[in-house]
Amino acid sequence: MTHAEASAVPPILEVRDIGKTYGSILALQGVSASVGVGEVLCVLGDNGAGKSTFIKILSGAHVHTQGKLLAYGVERTFGSPREALDLGIATVYQDLAVVPLMPVWRNFFLGSEVTRGFGPFSQLDVKGMRRITKEELARMGIDLRDVDQPIGTLSGGERQSVAIARAVYFGAKVVILDEPTSALGVKQAGAVLKYIAQARDRGLGVVFITHNPHHAYPVGDRFLLLKRGTSLGDFKKSEITIEEMTKLMAGAAELDALAHELARP
Amino acid sequence: MTLTAPAVIDERIKPTGLIQTLLRRPEVGAAVAALAIFIFFSVSTQAFLTPAGVATWLYSASLFGIMAVAVALLMIGGEFDLSAGAMVGTTGLIVGIITTEWGVNIWLALVIALAIALAIGAANAFVVMKTGLPSFIVTLATFFILQGVNLAVTKIITGTVSIQGMSAVPGFDAVKVFFGSSFSLFGMDMKISIVWWLAITALATWILLRTRSGNWIFAVGGQVTSSRQVGVPVMKVKMGLFMTTAGAGWLVGMLQLFDVSTVQATTGIGQEFIYIICAVVGGCLLTGGYGSAIGAALGALIYGMTLQGIVFAQWDNNWLKAFLGGMLLLAVLVNLYVRRQAGVRS
Ligand SMILES: Nc1ncnc2c1ncn2[C@@H]1O[C@H](COP(=O)(O)OP(=O)(O)O)[C@@H](O)[C@H]1O
Ligand SMILES: [Mg+2]
Repeated sequence: MTHAEASAVPPILEVRDIGKTYGSILALQGVSASVGVGEVLCVLGDNGAGKSTFIKILSGAHVHTQGKLLAYGVERTFGSPREALDLGIATVYQDLAVVPLMPVWRNFFLGSEVTRGFGPFSQLDVKGMRRITKEELARMGIDLRDVDQPIGTLSGGERQSVAIARAVYFGAKVVILDEPTSALGVKQAGAVLKYIAQARDRGLGVVFITHNPHHAYPVGDRFLLLKRGTSLGDFKKSEITIEEMTKLMAGAAELDALAHELARP
Repeated sequence: MTLTAPAVIDERIKPTGLIQTLLRRPEVGAAVAALAIFIFFSVSTQAFLTPAGVATWLYSASLFGIMAVAVALLMIGGEFDLSAGAMVGTTGLIVGIITTEWGVNIWLALVIALAIALAIGAANAFVVMKTGLPSFIVTLATFFILQGVNLAVTKIITGTVSIQGMSAVPGFDAVKVFFGSSFSLFGMDMKISIVWWLAITALATWILLRTRSGNWIFAVGGQVTSSRQVGVPVMKVKMGLFMTTAGAGWLVGMLQLFDVSTVQATTGIGQEFIYIICAVVGGCLLTGGYGSAIGAALGALIYGMTLQGIVFAQWDNNWLKAFLGGMLLLAVLVNLYVRRQAGVRS
């Protein structure tokens, strides 16, 4: 029903009844959702709900086997992450796609290095890349000691932020974040939520995957709830409370049973 | 043209940063060890510092060094090549046999040998990448195949296990200028291979630290899935690296062939581990993603100095193996320490 009221401007990314099977395993089916400019779509679900599968479809890592995927209103099938990237769809994976032993600035530009000179003589613009890395991180509110330190020496939250800043710098229109907060403490998770809000305020669409409603609710505009590979619905913030969300995710009956089991005799 | 960016000084970086920065460089351990060994043999033997002595150990170091640098690039890229030593023999034998037995033009023979080497390198890469098998196993197989073929084919065609009459081949002297000549420097009779060694070390260092390809080599060796996700062409990089070690094998094969005018069917066998040891002594991690070309060149220098130093000192040369083992163990421990110092969280 949310798509019926869509305005003239198509969302950056939209899926309709999308699904994916791995051989005989139905990992995802019948999921519809969209994300527009300056919007945060949160994808919630328990482990195994199909969240990673969902974003792998959006990011071009896997091809969907059912339904439609639209980018800027045009139907697409991404053959590779590169194709998605070229449309401004950038993904920050759970493992962050960083190389721990390499310096922060080399990681920031990995795969999109800035070079000077021609042909076989072109070499890295080391100074420029160091400077841009430092500046871009500062713009996201990250103040790094030394962009030459191995990225593996940064904290989880800092690494996450570098990954987001990198996606933003390289012209992402949508950033897809796979459980960026799940391995973090309260403070660091808060910092990452701040970066998500920053990215949103800069006009990006954000797809934020998490299994924690308390992380999703403050920053999200829409909530897609997944359970065992199916959609429980795509809600606007005004349509759902955090309590309802928690209940839907876990399954109210299951929660009641758990409460009963844990209660003192 | 001397436009410098304003230096950003941050108070949170400890002022003792220089030592820390040095420790971050992979080749520091090897540099210290090389200096110690140089001093040791200079003091303890007569011949080591003579012009003839220096030229001898530099020559040794150069042949191992060229291979060690190529192997180091490959190891930084996360792979091994155990067929690199046998490749030296294979390429030498190809040129030797097709020129002396079949009268093929010597320049054409060089090109044919190089093409075959590169094809074998590409085949190594292809099998490793397509099957996901460890390169250790795949190139071990290649090593045995080359070793067997080198001996069997040489015997079939020449009836012996070495090539004769190489220096009588038309054009031999012209090619020798590039691969087997010497020049005089400070009274030393230097072999041309030393120039190749230095040039290749410099080129490899530039590639590693200052080019896009170098960035990709570190990346595919450090975290291959991450590299793929950010669009690094993993297959191309690994293919290039395996072809580089094969190409280096060809170069060293030519340097030996045109220096001594003959080649044995067993040439290069048993050296593959020495290249790896030189690279590790030079700071390469066995797990990939870390290391340096200068380090590998220093590792080879250590090996060359020790190899000849033991001869000059008139020790039983079996000590060389024991020394090599000790160096390797020490290097691995130093690397472990450095890695911890760098404080990389897993
Ligand atoms: N490559 C795959 N092959 C087979 N099954 C898979 C694959 N990836 C995920 N699955 C299955 O699909 C379901 C959804 O997984 P996933 O999307 O990773 O869930 P989540 O990220 O929400 O924890 C799980 O049952 C999982 O076992
Ligand atoms: Mg997941």
